[in-house]
Amino acid sequence: MSMSAPAAKRVAFPPNWPARIGLIVLAVYVVYAATTLEFTWARFLTGLDQGGRFLSRMFPPDFSADKQSLLTAGMMESLQIAILSTVFGILFAMPLGLAAARNLSPAPLAWFSRGLIALLRTFHPVIVAILFVKAVGFGALAGVLALIVASMGFLSKLLAEAVEEMSMNQVEAVRATGASFLSVVVMAVVPQVMPRFVGFCAYQLDSNLRNSALVGLVGGGGIGATLFTAFQRFDYDFVLTIVLAIIAVVMVGEILSGFVRRLFQ
Amino acid sequence: MDASAPIKPPVDDAGVDRTLIIRSLTKAYRAGQPVLKNVSLKVEGRGMTAIIGPSGTGKSTLIRCINRLVDPTAGEILFLDQDIAKLNGRALRQMRRRIGMVFQEYNLVERLSVIENVLTGRLGYVPVWRAWLRRFKARDIERAFQLLDAVGLGALATQRADQLSGGQRQRVGIARALMQEPDLILADEPTSSLDPKTSVEIMELIAKRAGERDIPVIVNIHNVALARRFADRVVGMSKGEIVFDGPPRDLEDSHLLQIYGGEGWLE
Ligand SMILES: Nc1ncnc2c1ncn2[C@@H]1O[C@H](COP(=O)(O)OP(=O)(O)OP(=O)(O)O)[C@@H](O)[C@H]1O
Ligand SMILES: [Mg+2]
Repeated sequence: MSMSAPAAKRVAFPPNWPARIGLIVLAVYVVYAATTLEFTWARFLTGLDQGGRFLSRMFPPDFSADKQSLLTAGMMESLQIAILSTVFGILFAMPLGLAAARNLSPAPLAWFSRGLIALLRTFHPVIVAILFVKAVGFGALAGVLALIVASMGFLSKLLAEAVEEMSMNQVEAVRATGASFLSVVVMAVVPQVMPRFVGFCAYQLDSNLRNSALVGLVGGGGIGATLFTAFQRFDYDFVLTIVLAIIAVVMVGEILSGFVRRLFQ
Repeated sequence: MDASAPIKPPVDDAGVDRTLIIRSLTKAYRAGQPVLKNVSLKVEGRGMTAIIGPSGTGKSTLIRCINRLVDPTAGEILFLDQDIAKLNGRALRQMRRRIGMVFQEYNLVERLSVIENVLTGRLGYVPVWRAWLRRFKARDIERAFQLLDAVGLGALATQRADQLSGGQRQRVGIARALMQEPDLILADEPTSSLDPKTSVEIMELIAKRAGERDIPVIVNIHNVALARRFADRVVGMSKGEIVFDGPPRDLEDSHLLQIYGGEGWLE
């Protein structure tokens, strides 16, 4: 550009037309989608009414001894599902995440791994759980397998991203000493990504606790199965007990995972 | 121990020929646009060789071809009876552990301690499980402490590397390179991120610790005064080619003008 170009012609922040058009299209679609739902005030009020009756039948929560033992058994199974699926999810996610990181692994392997991760993440854990229930039958095994798939997908994707964001200078220096690939991973990659990965794992344990209830609803065992049975029997007071217990466990899980994360900072 | 006492390498290296011969080295990151053009250079197995030249002229590329952080497009790099340009896999790793490297940005593993960083210099010799469990050989650990004393950081061994100043980090970088017991040290602008006084100290340290072990050093450096002061030989590069090669005392202003181009800046 020549020095004599008029200053007024120079634009510091050119408009981003694709972004603008995208936003407008989104806004139009949201309005359209809302109108097709036939969401009316009357419908909302009937809903509230039914909800109220349902709530009133939940009180007081049922804490009788036989219900308590059902609750404990379900809860212990859910904890098992959550912990087993997190542990195996972490074990499988580590090699997969490394293989998917484009700065460490050869391009064909990286793309294959990314494809695999995308596949693992395609379906919601509930849908995966339904597939596993069909494949291996009702019970905790199906739930564990479904949540392993979910954990692998989530953890390996985030691990690959963390690895791609690390400083290659540090990796290069260790590589220059003649270290083998695994030694480079142990001494240059792990120190850089470990704190973040531990955070992801804690978060995954947390969400596996929640999801273990969810996969139970479709036959994957655990507290979800107990909840489902209670619903079917219209045991709404027991339903409330279960819901309260789930809330308590999830909150404890959240506190624990926060603690673990701080420990590894 | 006395920080200035020289440490003898535990293995007797006498008799090893550490001459480096580069023949017709060419590197093009993009086909048809060579950054290094047919560079040939013979570096005797001792003393410090400084490479000077303007930014973007290929100094880093040259030095990084030697330990194959960059793959050359054509040419030979002969060292310890092998052509580094042709090595791969295990053979390349075994060659790399003979060559220490010091970086401009230090390139320490930030979250590791100082002594762990120094011990990474042994990774070429140590099975991965030992590295993982930090079960390095007692002899290596002892040597790492000695090297830290030798670079003046004995007291900081267990500090995390990210808590050090630039000068301290570069000292760790030097200790890491020496920990390899290398037959050659490459340094890519080891002082460019440091203040003038620290720069001199770092160059002194490299010259002294490499000199007492008879390890040849190739150093890229922008500071011509430092190059004159510490190097036994200066190689001037311009646009991917060697345009000056000789002892520092032969380096005259006319050469600097030829290397860096332009005028006026030399006044
Ligand atoms: N990884 C790379 N990919 C593509 N081009 C590169 C790469 N590394 C360096 N180059 C190019 O090669 C040329 C030489 O770069 P090099 O880093 O070797 O120069 P240098 O002499 O070390 O410069 P400086 O003194 O600034 O460090 C530059 O034009 C640079 O843009
Ligand atoms: Mg450079």
